[in-house]
Amino acid sequence: MALPNYTPLHYRIWHYTYLTICGLVFFFLIAPLFVILPLSFNAEQYIHFSSKMLALDPEGFSLRWYKDMIWGTKNPWGLATKNSLIIAFFATIGSTILGTVAALGLSSRHMPYKAAFMALLISPMIVPLIISGTAIFFFMAKVGLAATHTGIILSHIILGTPFVVITVTATLSGFDHSVTRAAASLGSNPVNTFMKVTLPLITPGVISGALFAFVTSFDEVIVVLFLAGLENTTIPIQMWVGLREQLSPTILAVATCLIIMSTLILVSAELLRRRSERLRGINR
Amino acid sequence: MSTEQILSSDGVPLEVSLKKAERRNKLRALMLVGPLFLFLLITYVFPIGDMLFRSIDDRMITKMLPNTFTALEKWDGQDLPDEEVYEAFYKDFYPLAMAKKSGKLYQRLNYEKSGFSSGLKKTNRKIKKFEKANYKEQFMATHKIWNKVEYWVALKNTAPNWSYAKYLKGMDLKFDDKGNIEQVAEDRQIHKILWMRTLNVAFWVTVFCFCLAYPISHLLATLPMKYSNLLMICVLLPFWTSLLVRTSSWMVLLQQQGPVNDLIVWLGLAANDNRPELMYNVIGTFVAMTQILLPFMVLPLYSVMKTISPSLMRAGKSLGGTPLTAFIKIYFPLTMPGIGAGCLLVFIISIGYYITPALVGGASGSLISNTIAYHMKSSLDWAFASALGTMLLVGVLTIYWIYNKLVGIDNIKLG
Repeated sequence: MALPNYTPLHYRIWHYTYLTICGLVFFFLIAPLFVILPLSFNAEQYIHFSSKMLALDPEGFSLRWYKDMIWGTKNPWGLATKNSLIIAFFATIGSTILGTVAALGLSSRHMPYKAAFMALLISPMIVPLIISGTAIFFFMAKVGLAATHTGIILSHIILGTPFVVITVTATLSGFDHSVTRAAASLGSNPVNTFMKVTLPLITPGVISGALFAFVTSFDEVIVVLFLAGLENTTIPIQMWVGLREQLSPTILAVATCLIIMSTLILVSAELLRRRSERLRGINR
Repeated sequence: MSTEQILSSDGVPLEVSLKKAERRNKLRALMLVGPLFLFLLITYVFPIGDMLFRSIDDRMITKMLPNTFTALEKWDGQDLPDEEVYEAFYKDFYPLAMAKKSGKLYQRLNYEKSGFSSGLKKTNRKIKKFEKANYKEQFMATHKIWNKVEYWVALKNTAPNWSYAKYLKGMDLKFDDKGNIEQVAEDRQIHKILWMRTLNVAFWVTVFCFCLAYPISHLLATLPMKYSNLLMICVLLPFWTSLLVRTSSWMVLLQQQGPVNDLIVWLGLAANDNRPELMYNVIGTFVAMTQILLPFMVLPLYSVMKTISPSLMRAGKSLGGTPLTAFIKIYFPLTMPGIGAGCLLVFIISIGYYITPALVGGASGSLISNTIAYHMKSSLDWAFASALGTMLLVGVLTIYWIYNKLVGIDNIKLG
């Protein structure tokens, strides 16, 4: 941002100080993530920049930790990835369906006690996770679902639905209800109207809610920590266990993969948001 | 007025058929919300109620020693109880000892008064050889706890089915021998420190997040779209990245031989062989939590600042205000909803934070949620974990309530 020529000196100084501060904060936000990338390609066993790495000597870099991650002996990452994906997949489907349907009801102007229902439905997001985890654990232990995939999937549906409810109600708030009335007046039944008219228009909101639910499940540690047995270990649990014992380069390799994944999710979420804004813009 | 009614085409009064349609619409909306509502009611709301219930439920011991408590009802608590009470205790304890089910009893009574565990264990071994008379003498010969009135008082104190002792323990209070509430010994007051530390960390993390987030949100909101979208990635990428990844990157950065320490040594702030401990203490918790929670402050602030028209500031300046007064009098008050929402979010999240303090906090950086997890996973004192959880929940709900009174909960925006 160039300043006009007539700007007084003290304001000029302040302006550049402000930009510097902002730059430092952005650096503080993003830099920690990029420390992991080069270190995961370290050829040595220690987690610091070796002199060879600093000299950009190719010998300082290797893929050994990625190989260890995939083929390493008695390595938990394969099982953990499988479990994480299965759990996140079903949890996402469950929360998306339940959350979208509930959001449709909540956005109806005929809905009684709207605020109270909304507060209850998003409460799993508001209550600290450690409390939710404790309560959910008691329930799952009581009904015999502790240490099962089903139990973990159900808990992740609980934790994921608030995000779907919020994103879909937000999308529906800009929704022009005259299109559904038009469909009804043309003889369409409510289900048909939903599938053919409403759903295509709110799809971006539904998908971004689903993305939230997916990330919530894929990233969740506390509930799984309480519930999981050895068979149900997930990627976050393995990272948690690994980090408690010792910081190993293999964990950094896994972390790098997760950063790449979150970049992809960020890009798709951003594209969806823009598409949703465009769709809603047409409606207005 | 005329009594004539407006009829709809099928002859029903319009008012009636409108009401019917209205009711049908209401029902339809309720049916849509129904499945999720029921699901959450069963799997989430009731379990939280169950947690409250567990924290005060103290029926186990009453069920294990029914005869003893009936006999103790008549006892005045001054001298040692009569033979009758000892006999009742024998009747309760003998089957437990034979069935090897007395373990929970030791544990529970030892919470009440230390010494019970060893006394009961010894009694457990000896009780098989008891003769069926003179129970008092035999008990008193077995272990010294049976000669002491305090132990019988402690036992009698466990008689009620409901007890708020776990809540007292969570506040470093306890019942003394006479049933009055008193503070626990100075060196055992660990929970007070934990609560204070949790509040302290939550408060300062909120302050740090606010100070760091305000300038960058302002920059993001005022820059042209093409630059701000690019910079927004710096906020959103950490937001979408796994919490454990971000925590592990801080572990890499803050370790003794890590880049941050390298920098400190290179700048000459510390000697190479005397590198400061940045991790496994409160510093690590502060730094890592601030970075991790920063996006939660930036997003609400940004969404509020985006709606403030830049012409307001220009108007303020053109009316003779310096940029500073214009900022204080115009811009800052307009951002209040964003500040409120961001601070509430960050404070609530950090008050219940678990993963990061557990990994980078070490012993001196662990918070109340770490203690809850410890009692859930390791000590298995679930009632106490429930009591701490309930206290935390009440705290969080109070904060929401205050916030709602001051700002209004509807002003929360999630980006």
